[in-house]
Amino acid sequence: MKLNGGQALIKSLEMEGVEVMFGLPGGAILPVYDPIIDSPIRHILVRHEQGAGHMAEGYAHATGRPGVAMVTSGPGATNIVTPLADAMMDSIPMVVITGQVPSGAIGTDAFQECDIIGVTRSITKHNELVTSAQDIPRVIQEAFHIATTGRPGPVLVDIPKDIVDPNHPNSAMEWYWPDSVDLPGYKPTVKGHPRMIREAAKLIATSTRPVIYAGGGILKARAAEALRELAELTGIPVVTTLMARGAFPDSHPLCLGMPGMHGNYTAITAMQQSDLLIALGSRFDDRVTGKVGGFAPEAKIIHVDVDPAELGKVRRPDVPIVGDCKAVIEELIREVRELGTPQPDRSAWDAQLKVWQATYPLHYDQSWADDAVLKPQFCIETIRDNSPEDTIVVSGVGQHQMWTSQFWRFNHPYTWVNSGGLGTMGFAVPAAIGAKVGMPGRTVWAIDGDGCFQMTAQELVTAAAERIPVKIAILNNAYLGMVRQWQELFYEERYSEVYLSPDLPDYKMWAEAMGCVGMRVEHPEEVAAAVEKANSIDDRPVVIDFRVDWREKVYPMVAAGTSNDQVILGPEMGEGGH
Amino acid sequence: MISHAAPPGARHHILSVLVENKAGVLARVSSLFARRGYNIYSLAVAPTDDARFSRITIVVDVESTPLEQVTKQLFKLISVVKISELDPADAVERELMILTVSAEPGTRGQVIELVDVFQGRIVDVGHDQLTVELAGPPSKLDDFEDLMRTYGIIALQRTGRVALPKLERQAARLRTVS
Repeated sequence: MKLNGGQALIKSLEMEGVEVMFGLPGGAILPVYDPIIDSPIRHILVRHEQGAGHMAEGYAHATGRPGVAMVTSGPGATNIVTPLADAMMDSIPMVVITGQVPSGAIGTDAFQECDIIGVTRSITKHNELVTSAQDIPRVIQEAFHIATTGRPGPVLVDIPKDIVDPNHPNSAMEWYWPDSVDLPGYKPTVKGHPRMIREAAKLIATSTRPVIYAGGGILKARAAEALRELAELTGIPVVTTLMARGAFPDSHPLCLGMPGMHGNYTAITAMQQSDLLIALGSRFDDRVTGKVGGFAPEAKIIHVDVDPAELGKVRRPDVPIVGDCKAVIEELIREVRELGTPQPDRSAWDAQLKVWQATYPLHYDQSWADDAVLKPQFCIETIRDNSPEDTIVVSGVGQHQMWTSQFWRFNHPYTWVNSGGLGTMGFAVPAAIGAKVGMPGRTVWAIDGDGCFQMTAQELVTAAAERIPVKIAILNNAYLGMVRQWQELFYEERYSEVYLSPDLPDYKMWAEAMGCVGMRVEHPEEVAAAVEKANSIDDRPVVIDFRVDWREKVYPMVAAGTSNDQVILGPEMGEGGH
Repeated sequence: MISHAAPPGARHHILSVLVENKAGVLARVSSLFARRGYNIYSLAVAPTDDARFSRITIVVDVESTPLEQVTKQLFKLISVVKISELDPADAVERELMILTVSAEPGTRGQVIELVDVFQGRIVDVGHDQLTVELAGPPSKLDDFEDLMRTYGIIALQRTGRVALPKLERQAARLRTVS
């Protein structure tokens, strides 16, 4: 069958099972947009290419399937650089197709030319410039294979215009679909080493203060069930990192919640005082470890990761296991059972954890006086309590992100979508749209900050036009709140360039102008009704402007560069806090 | 990025990297070193006996711990098929140099004598200059270069080293990093 390159590209996406893609056309990618008209693939037209990238990420987060975005050359391609870097940091499977100027024009500084392969080399798992129309099916198949296997990540495919343009002889190709991928340099290890797994089981059987340190890899490996079985079998408590919220139910008695810079005291301190950390798909990120030299000084480390480069990158493991988290955990469960050694008496450790949990819970104070100021944490809890239990929650980056991670109850995997590694402000609105497209039957709430919202809010036009009813809660404190918090605590309250104003823009009017329902909430009494109203609207996006207390800070906090032994529990303990 | 500013010390490492013979692979490999601020001391690339693959021989002067991280990152590149780290003590290293040296009638005899001693070859002759080819262990090339400096080096080009493991009576210490 003779096809042109553009048809072959869309057909290849169909062969990969792509149901939806996010994008924005332009000169170089024009020929590929023509066959979309005849394709069953749903294309969602974004208002800015960054939105397409984050939507693809949100879709991948929520569904586990690779997100697909398509943009044109030059500025289209550079606009999607941030989502690529974000997906790289958080191991999100994503395939991005960029148009490129015609082969003959490459290197001539042609209109809308950019060496996007060079630009994205270090922020993609792989990228490739396709030089012949005949290669298109093979390259697309490889792109999806690479994006979704091993440690997932973004793959960029750059397509010169001449190989997809039906008016150009270079676009002629004979259609085929390869039986399998042939990548001699790419063979991810799935199965853990049996001897190492036995070592791990033995180490577990001798530990009296163990903690399972569960990371985003649990979710990538679809290993939440296996993790739960391991925890229940051994009775070992679990911390879930920012990327792993929902991988282990918050309601489970063994769940300690989130560790790290803004984790809860028990999670941080349990890791710090443990004698064994079982790191499963986690990467000893600096936001988790604090000062690395002082991190969990007495702990032996079992480290399981599908990416060999993670083992020993930050902390040298006593038992390194390269492999897929699900496969390794299942083997480990079998090994623990076969070993037959009873788990040691850990009653003192369990009791200690209970004491910490009772002594140092997360807290905030919501006043109900007539002139009460609305607390952001209260808004989050009210949304949580008035929304379905399997609601997907999306956040941007900053204070609101930490509060959401702290105060939401994540009891199901794939209900939490956020930008962890790169910390991309503006992630929430487009990512929520992508998540809702992937999971149309679920309620999707974005808890956003006012600073974040202003970065990508225009995608609500996309959501309104495409009838994607996401719900956005802006925790509007009129500041770049996390920066303000650091300036308050560490820069002697010298506030430099962090004030945004609560009224400029008028979020309610802006939402309405974009085809959404807009609301404003200023008093705690009004919160529940507004949330209920938002949850009852299912034909358009809803934006609620919550006017929250600008003084509120995120606690607990481990200050940057200090050890996790120094948890600041609240303003009364903070240097400069008040 | 490739500098001859200082010869590699005892800590230098030789990485022999088998890659797919494709456009852009060298850039991927070299940028991984650049990203960490490691200077590549020398680098040689050529296709192997199997034309689908090329072998890149990289000499890098770093402590072994960070090198482990770089080799692991290198191995993550889709186009990298295999990485072997060669211990300089257990490897045969060779390099080729061509050099044009000033050789006035009065000193020409001395230059030719030294070329003979080093088992080099004169490949071009001018009125008062000679171009010499010399292959061998990199340290031998260093010595020769040093001696030629006295006469006046006009131009010099070295290839960067290539290496293979020594054929030990026991197993060759070719360590696969994966």
